[in-house]
Amino acid sequence: MITVLAEVDGADVAETSLEALTFARTLAGGRGTSLGVVVIGIGETTDEIDDSAADSLARTFADYGATRVRFIGGPDVAAYCAAAYAAALVDAARQWQSDVVIASGTPRGTEMLAHAAVRLDAVMAANAVETLSDDPLVVSRQVMGGSILEDMRVDSPVAVLTVAGHAVEAAPAERGESSDSGRAAPEIERVEHRADPADLVMAMQRLEPTEQADTAALTGARVVVGAGRGVGGADEFDDVLELVDLLGGALGVSRVVTNLGWRPHHEQVGQTGSRISPDLYVACGISGAIQHLAGCSSARTIVAINSDADAPMVTNAQYAVIGDLHEIIPAVNEELRRRRG
Amino acid sequence: MTNVLVCIKRVPETSSEVRLTDDSMDIDAGYVGYTLSSHDECAIELASQIAEETKGTATALSVGSPDAAEQLRGAVALGCRGAILLEAELGQFGPVDIAAAIAAEVARRSDDGEEFDLILVGNDAADTGDFQVGVRLAYLLGRPVAMGISTVEIDGDRVMARGVAGAGTEIYSLPLPAVVAIQEGGVDPRYPSIPGRMRAKRMKIEQRPADVTPSGSGRVRLRRSAPKPSEVQILGEGPDAAAALVDVMYEIGVVPR
Repeated sequence: MITVLAEVDGADVAETSLEALTFARTLAGGRGTSLGVVVIGIGETTDEIDDSAADSLARTFADYGATRVRFIGGPDVAAYCAAAYAAALVDAARQWQSDVVIASGTPRGTEMLAHAAVRLDAVMAANAVETLSDDPLVVSRQVMGGSILEDMRVDSPVAVLTVAGHAVEAAPAERGESSDSGRAAPEIERVEHRADPADLVMAMQRLEPTEQADTAALTGARVVVGAGRGVGGADEFDDVLELVDLLGGALGVSRVVTNLGWRPHHEQVGQTGSRISPDLYVACGISGAIQHLAGCSSARTIVAINSDADAPMVTNAQYAVIGDLHEIIPAVNEELRRRRG
Repeated sequence: MTNVLVCIKRVPETSSEVRLTDDSMDIDAGYVGYTLSSHDECAIELASQIAEETKGTATALSVGSPDAAEQLRGAVALGCRGAILLEAELGQFGPVDIAAAIAAEVARRSDDGEEFDLILVGNDAADTGDFQVGVRLAYLLGRPVAMGISTVEIDGDRVMARGVAGAGTEIYSLPLPAVVAIQEGGVDPRYPSIPGRMRAKRMKIEQRPADVTPSGSGRVRLRRSAPKPSEVQILGEGPDAAAALVDVMYEIGVVPR
């Protein structure tokens, strides 16, 4: 069995977890094995996730090929603690006799799997994009910010993999794809995890919610308007922000913009910022360094607004408008307002 | 007084075209510059700040080729007072080996009476993107670890570590000694001062072979991502193209009704 760590919000499964499940199902199909899904941190008790949410999640996981689902709760995993969460994940992987453990390459997924890899004495391959061979297991993974792929042999008895965000398109199992896929009612377990006290010293003390720091809004946005050095200054974002507002999207900026102090780091798109996959990315005044392209290349459609027709951001886009963004964006905003009446 | 060890890595500067060696096992060093990743730059800044505030020390360490002396001197110019180079052929080293080499050096120094209260590493290496050296190091040393941290401050015998996550700022309070993996975004790395540069120039780097038999990285080969052919459709120039751009937005269905 392959164990997959899923990140959920209520009854909703993170898109990146569905991508990881899709990746895992392909691998499981080649190995003739099945999929088990682990959800950790559902509350102070294992009853805090209600039956309807559990059923809904289990149905979603079944659609993606899972035959077993384990919900793990309890006071020791009520607050995020990478070591305790990883211990709970490792328990499941051992009980299910898994030889592969997979999560999406999110900050949470990566941190937990790094802990799990140590505990399982396993090789870990981060940011995998495909499996090249099953025996021995060789995966291809993103390195150098995604501009280069590394084919890597993962030759420990248990393999630990994270799947690069948006490298795989999430797709439910087709009927008959594997012997177990499409099963209507996967086996559901509710497990209370009691953590080793040594693990709990790493527990998060508290979370300070701040609307400004909501990177989830950026990574989950259907439309992102990107802004780069071409905007010209910290006080020059009004038109761009109006476009964000008119499209109901999120603002994402290049690294140079945060380095210059024009906008905060949590808005940064790129290798050391957020990786986004919106339906539309409008890149305004962004030249398109490799590190930035690593963060936005999963956008379904990219539009570049740039004065340089040869800029990498333009050549990597599907559509482009050439010229001064401070002339073009107000005209776009005006056109959007006009058509909406 | 907090003694900080900051672990840094010399990495290829990948903002321009990257070429591979003939055997496809590495980046062709003849065609790239080398630098530090932005995570490591922020880790050096935080190490220097803590050393200054607590009247402790900041020491930089790198595992790699003798060329990594350049990055270690850079760290000294930015406030580190010592520099250690553990010589290794990085092509033979995976994250397990890097963590083991650092842990062996920390243990060796501890035996000699030199303790590091806090070890900072970059959250991931800009080249290999392994995301695990800090965690593996922490387990080898029996220390707590936090990843994705933007700022740290010492509070008595604990380190307060903050990192921005999806829903806000996460705060961890770890007992020292600890390992913290630093993510870019919490501090602005300083520019090296002239006295700092002079100190870096004179600094004798402690240099010795990494004390580990490497198990390897599992690398089979490197290859380029398949280049996407440029199929850009120029909608026009200047504000006259606004209507065509809005047409595209309607076509792909992203304009709120």
